[in-house]
Amino acid sequence: MDTIQGSEPRMPDPSKPYPVTVLGYPAEMIGPKETYARVSDQIAGIPLKHPHPKFWLTCFAIAGSLFLMFCVAVGYLLFKGVGIWGINIPIAWGFAITNFVWWIGIGHAGTFISAILLLLHQKWRTTINRLTEAMTLFAVMCAGMFPLLHLGRPWVFFWLLPYPDTMKLWPQFRSPLVWDVFAVSTYFLVSLMFWYLGVMPDLATVRDKAKTKWKKIIYGISCMGWRGSARHWQHHQSAYLLLGGLATPLVLSVHSVVSFDFAVAQLPGWHSTIFPPYFVAGAIYSGFAMVLNLLIPIRRLYRLQNLITTRTLNNMACVTLVTGWMVIYGYIMEAFMAWYSNDPFEKHMMWDRAFGSYGWVFWGLMLLNCVIPQLLWSRRIRTHDLALFFVALSVNVGMWVERFVIVVQSLHHDFVPSSWKMYYPTKWDVITLLGSIGMFLMLLLLFIRYVPMISITESRELIALRREGQL
Amino acid sequence: MTREKTSVTALPEPEIEYEEPALFGLMAEFEEHEQLLAAARRAYAEGYRRMDAYSPFPIDGLAEALGHENSPIPLFTLAGGIVGGLGTYFMEWLAMAKLYPINVGGRPLNSWPNFIPVTFELTILIASISAFLGVFLLNRLPEPHHPVFNVPEFERASNDRFFLCIQADDPKFELSQTRKFLESLAAAKVVEVEQ
Repeated sequence: MDTIQGSEPRMPDPSKPYPVTVLGYPAEMIGPKETYARVSDQIAGIPLKHPHPKFWLTCFAIAGSLFLMFCVAVGYLLFKGVGIWGINIPIAWGFAITNFVWWIGIGHAGTFISAILLLLHQKWRTTINRLTEAMTLFAVMCAGMFPLLHLGRPWVFFWLLPYPDTMKLWPQFRSPLVWDVFAVSTYFLVSLMFWYLGVMPDLATVRDKAKTKWKKIIYGISCMGWRGSARHWQHHQSAYLLLGGLATPLVLSVHSVVSFDFAVAQLPGWHSTIFPPYFVAGAIYSGFAMVLNLLIPIRRLYRLQNLITTRTLNNMACVTLVTGWMVIYGYIMEAFMAWYSNDPFEKHMMWDRAFGSYGWVFWGLMLLNCVIPQLLWSRRIRTHDLALFFVALSVNVGMWVERFVIVVQSLHHDFVPSSWKMYYPTKWDVITLLGSIGMFLMLLLLFIRYVPMISITESRELIALRREGQL
Repeated sequence: MTREKTSVTALPEPEIEYEEPALFGLMAEFEEHEQLLAAARRAYAEGYRRMDAYSPFPIDGLAEALGHENSPIPLFTLAGGIVGGLGTYFMEWLAMAKLYPINVGGRPLNSWPNFIPVTFELTILIASISAFLGVFLLNRLPEPHHPVFNVPEFERASNDRFFLCIQADDPKFELSQTRKFLESLAAAKVVEVEQ
């Protein structure tokens, strides 16, 4: 059956640098002159030849410095305790949990792109899935650290895991906080296995293209001696598809479980049944925005426009816009339910959110998350690199602010006015957030330096499909 | 001088057996994946069984053309999922209802709805681990060396060429005939693979 993906006739348009479909959308999923050997050379060439070493080193130095700041902040935290942060009672969660939810949300795009779009036969995902999966892994690493650092005594984090210990204690399996431990660690491990299965044949390509002995040995070990036999591929494809099928409900469950941390509590602003779908939509929203923020500079720097085409970016922008509207629906429902419930605490929470001490943050959130992304209705913006980059940046900042509003604003005015309090982040809060971004970027830079960042195998499949006239 | 001469002539002519390097098989190289698929089908029809095809990307129907059965990975995954799901629920029940019972608001100790999220997550985790490890187990990976790597052309198997290798231990294998057969399949090249 013809789907909208890739079946439209291509038409040249003199006003645009790319061929378009009848409706004027960018048509290409992969550059017209690509062959198997060309994509192998181009993609495997990046880890082997390392183009742009100066630019890479500059970025790495910046990211590495931020990461060192993070190490200092964490070291001081372990020495002093969570009192160095701005948290207090009632605002016990502060930046740490805001960052946690933000990072884990960013992590959702990778699995969404690689698993859900795989099952939906969206072929444009092919050239971006590897990079977004890596992004997922690094974002989940950043995310996982924050609840642990927030524990107060991070060195006994293993008490969260079920094992027959000498104190005869067990984790409380009825608590969403314990569900979180399992959801996040499962998500990380499944994403890691999915990513490694995908990257294994490509590491074999790098091994076979490597010229020096040590590169051959290291890539040879890391691809496990893959030789692409029919039997290998048969098991590999079976497992890959199954992992995609397993990761699909998983990706929806993880942010649902994260939202239970809030929704199961009694607090106005948290206690809401719309949270799971609203959180999942928000996660994919910010995740796609982060993918756009990474892809646009990377494809320009490494000249990957023939693989990561404008069409891919256009599709990403469309998904961002749609999930953005789901998030807006969530905002509207929160306000509506506060009014419709006629509950004085809920009504006060909503009023305070918009016009209280944190009102300016809320309106900033509305601007960043709801107003600016409406620019994506315009095809000109969706296919313009720089404009798209800034819209995506606005979404990323907006989604962080959203989590800040949910965590801090809801906590700072709860039921009893005598316990109302303000929250002010300290410099350590800010350093930890910036440092985690540094760690994320550092890992990402190492990844694009040493691992093929686009799936060579699946790019070849696209070429084979086009040869057969199926693309 | 004479002595030396006699001694040399006295020695029997040494019979050196030049041992041919053991042959692993014959490998044909193809330029397109359709050619490989057709060749695999022909070879199977010809009666060859101990053979393998190599390609830089998965080709639909290639494993079936070589006579392989369906992959047992889905069964691995199912078994892992069942073990993971039941095992996790059992662990939660054991911990919450037997080993460390806590009464929360008078609700039953075996409060199953609360146990579902962790059960769900670990079902997925164990099923995924089974599928993942199944790939390595069934493919016998890691296997850093294999005779096919002795062929210099084979490094293109991970790039842009497609290979069919008929192994020498196949009962129907006969060097000259198999070579002729492979050459008849529109192969770009046929080479011997050393053990």
